[in-house]
Amino acid sequence: MKKTVWLMVLLGLIGLSLAQAQPRTVKIGFVSTLSGGGAALGIDVRDGFNLALRHLNNQLGGLPVEVLVADDQQNPDVARQAVDRMLKRDRVDFLTGIIFSNILLAVGDAIFEEKTFYISPNAGPSEYAGEQCNPFFVNVAWQNDNLHEAMGQYVQTRRFENVFLLAPNYPAGRDALTGFKRYFKGRVVAEVYHRLGQLDFSAEIAQIRAARPKAVYAFEPGAMGVNFIKQYAEAGLLREIPLFLPGFSADADVIRAVGRGMVGIYNSSQWTLELNNPINQRFVEDFRKTYGRIPTLYASQGYDTALMLDAAIKAVGGDLSKKDELRKAMLAGFNSTRGFIRFSPNGYPIQNYYLRQVIQQPGGEIINRQVGTIFTNHRDAYVDKCRLR
Amino acid sequence: MLPSLFVEQVLNGFQFGLMLFLLAAGLTLVLGIMDTINLAHGSLYMIGAYLTATLVGTTGNFWLAVPLAVLGTALIGMLLELSVLRQLYQRDHLSQVLATFALILIINEVVRMIWGSQPLLLSTPEALSGPVELLPGLYYPAFRLVIIGVGLLVALLLFWLVNRTKVGMWLRAGASNREMAQAMGVPIKPLFTLLFGVGAGLSAIAGAFLGPILAVQIGMGESILILAFVVIVIGGIGSIKGALVGALLVGFVDTAGRAFLPLLLSQVASPEVASNLGPALASILIYLLMAVVLFLKPQGLFPVRT
Repeated sequence: MKKTVWLMVLLGLIGLSLAQAQPRTVKIGFVSTLSGGGAALGIDVRDGFNLALRHLNNQLGGLPVEVLVADDQQNPDVARQAVDRMLKRDRVDFLTGIIFSNILLAVGDAIFEEKTFYISPNAGPSEYAGEQCNPFFVNVAWQNDNLHEAMGQYVQTRRFENVFLLAPNYPAGRDALTGFKRYFKGRVVAEVYHRLGQLDFSAEIAQIRAARPKAVYAFEPGAMGVNFIKQYAEAGLLREIPLFLPGFSADADVIRAVGRGMVGIYNSSQWTLELNNPINQRFVEDFRKTYGRIPTLYASQGYDTALMLDAAIKAVGGDLSKKDELRKAMLAGFNSTRGFIRFSPNGYPIQNYYLRQVIQQPGGEIINRQVGTIFTNHRDAYVDKCRLR
Repeated sequence: MLPSLFVEQVLNGFQFGLMLFLLAAGLTLVLGIMDTINLAHGSLYMIGAYLTATLVGTTGNFWLAVPLAVLGTALIGMLLELSVLRQLYQRDHLSQVLATFALILIINEVVRMIWGSQPLLLSTPEALSGPVELLPGLYYPAFRLVIIGVGLLVALLLFWLVNRTKVGMWLRAGASNREMAQAMGVPIKPLFTLLFGVGAGLSAIAGAFLGPILAVQIGMGESILILAFVVIVIGGIGSIKGALVGALLVGFVDTAGRAFLPLLLSQVASPEVASNLGPALASILIYLLMAVVLFLKPQGLFPVRT
C-alpha cells in the first residue's frame, strides 16, 4: 500500500516536470473591427500586431504564440459573444484588439472579472482612466482625450477666436470634445454630436456654414472621416473655414480615400512616420514592404501592443500566473516605435504628442509630416482620480 | 433662423427623400401588387452600388457606368424573381420573410467573396465635386443637385409609366385587385418579372448616386431598407404617389430632426443635455411620424385597396 502511494507521487512528479518542460504557449484573443466602416482601423492594428509577431519569430517573451482573431463587426453584442467564447472556452491569457470605446465598455467588465489582462491597442475611454480604473487594463496607445487635447492646444496657440466642434455620439466622441475644450480657451460656437457610423453629413455641414465659425474641429474616425472631409470639400468649405483634425481623421487610411484635398491639413498624433529610433524605422520600412501601404498610427499601436507583451512576459520569465508582476512590468514601460514609454498607475501612457501636416511629396505621394511637438511627457487628465498605485 | 440654412436643409431633405423614393417605389409595387415581402430589396441596392463602383473603376466614366450598373442589377433582379421569388408567391408572409432574409445573408457573403469586406471607394465625378452658388451666398454641392434632378426625372418617368401606359394600367389593376386583374387576362407572370426588374433597376439608381455620398459597403442595404419600409407604410402599400410623399416626408423629417432639434433643445436645456438628447430624439423622429400616420390613417396616406 505504502509503496503504491510513493509510486503514485513519483509518477505525479515526473508528469509535473514533463508538463513544465514542455514549452507553454501564450494565447492571445484578438477581437477587432475587421468589416464595415471601421474596418480600416482594425485591419491596420491587426497587420501591425502580426508584423511585430513576425519580427519576434512568433514568440512573446520566449513563449510560442497562438492568436485567435474575431471580427466584432463594430457591434457590441457580437463582440460580447466573441469575448465570452475566448474567455470561457479558449481560456486566452490576454485579450486585445478592440477599436471602438463603446465596444470596449460593453465587454470590459467581463474580461476583468476573469482576471484576464486587456491590453488596449486603441480604445481608451475616460471611464477606465479615473474612478473605474482597473488593474487588468493597460492602454498602449493613449487615453481618448489626449490627441484632442493636443489639437485644442494647437488651435489655441493659433489664436482662433472660436471653433465649431463635431463628433459622433459615443463615449470616445464625448471624450474627444471634452479633451479639445480642456486646452482651447476660445469660444465654442456649437458642439454637434451625430449618430455613430453616419455617412451623410449634409445637415451638419449646413449648420457649419450657417454658424460661420473661424475654425472647425472634427473627430471622425474611419469611413466617417473619409465622408465628412470629402463632403466638407464638396460644399466648398475647405477653402473658407480651416479644418483641424486629430490624427485619427487624417492618417493614411483617410488620405488614400480623400486624396489631394487633404494637403495642408494639420493634425495631432502620438506617433509619426519619421520618429527617429531603430524600432520605428524597421516598423515603417517592413510594414510598407509587407503590406504595400503606408502605416497609420493604428498600425504602430498594433505593433507596440505585441512589443509590450513581449517585454512584460520576458520580465516575469514566462510565468503568466504572476499577474501582479506582469502588471508592474507593463507599467514600468517598454521600447516602442515611439521610443521608451512609461505608464501611469491607471494603465495609460505618459508620452509626447506631435503636430503633423499632410503634405504632397515631390514624387506625388501624400503623407503626414511631423512639423512640431505639442506636449512632452503628457499624462491623462483622470489619473488622479484612480486609486490604483 | 438664417434663411440660407433653411433652404440648404430643405434641399438636403429633398435629395435624401428622392433617393428613398427610388428604393421605396420598387418595394411598394412588389409588396402591393405581388403581395410579396422582399427583404432582399436592399441587397439589390447594394449590388447596384458595387456594380457602379466596379464599372467606374474599369471604364473611368461615371455616366457610362451608371446605366450599365442599373441594367446589370435589373437583370440580376429578374433572375432572382425567376429562380427564387416566383416560388414564394403562393406561400405565406412568414416563408417570404425567411426566404428573402436568407437571400440577404447569401448576397452579403457573395459580395464579400467578390469584393472583400472593406468598403469600396466611389468618388463623385471630378466635374461635380465642387459647390454651385444657387443664390448669393448660398452654395450647394453640385453632385447633390444632380441627384435631385435625377430623382425628379425618374419619378416623372415612373408616373408616366404607371398612369399613361398599358403596362401601368395592368399594374394599377393588379394592385387594387389581383384576382380580378388575372381573370381579365392580364399576363401576370411576365409582368411580375418585368416589375421586379424595374424595382431592382430603381434601387440600383439609388445605390449608384448614394454610393459617392455614403459608402459602398456590405450591409449598406439593410439600414436603408428599414427606412424604405417606413416610407411605404406611411404612404400606403402599393401606391407610387404614397411612396413619393412618404419618402419626401421621411427625408425632410430626418434632415430637420438632425439639424434643428439639437438647436431647439439647446434653447431650453443645458448644452450637455441637448447634445445627448438631440441625436437620440432625432433618430426616433421618423418612427414617431410613422406612428402618428398609422394612428390617423391605418392604411397609410394613399391607400390603394379600399
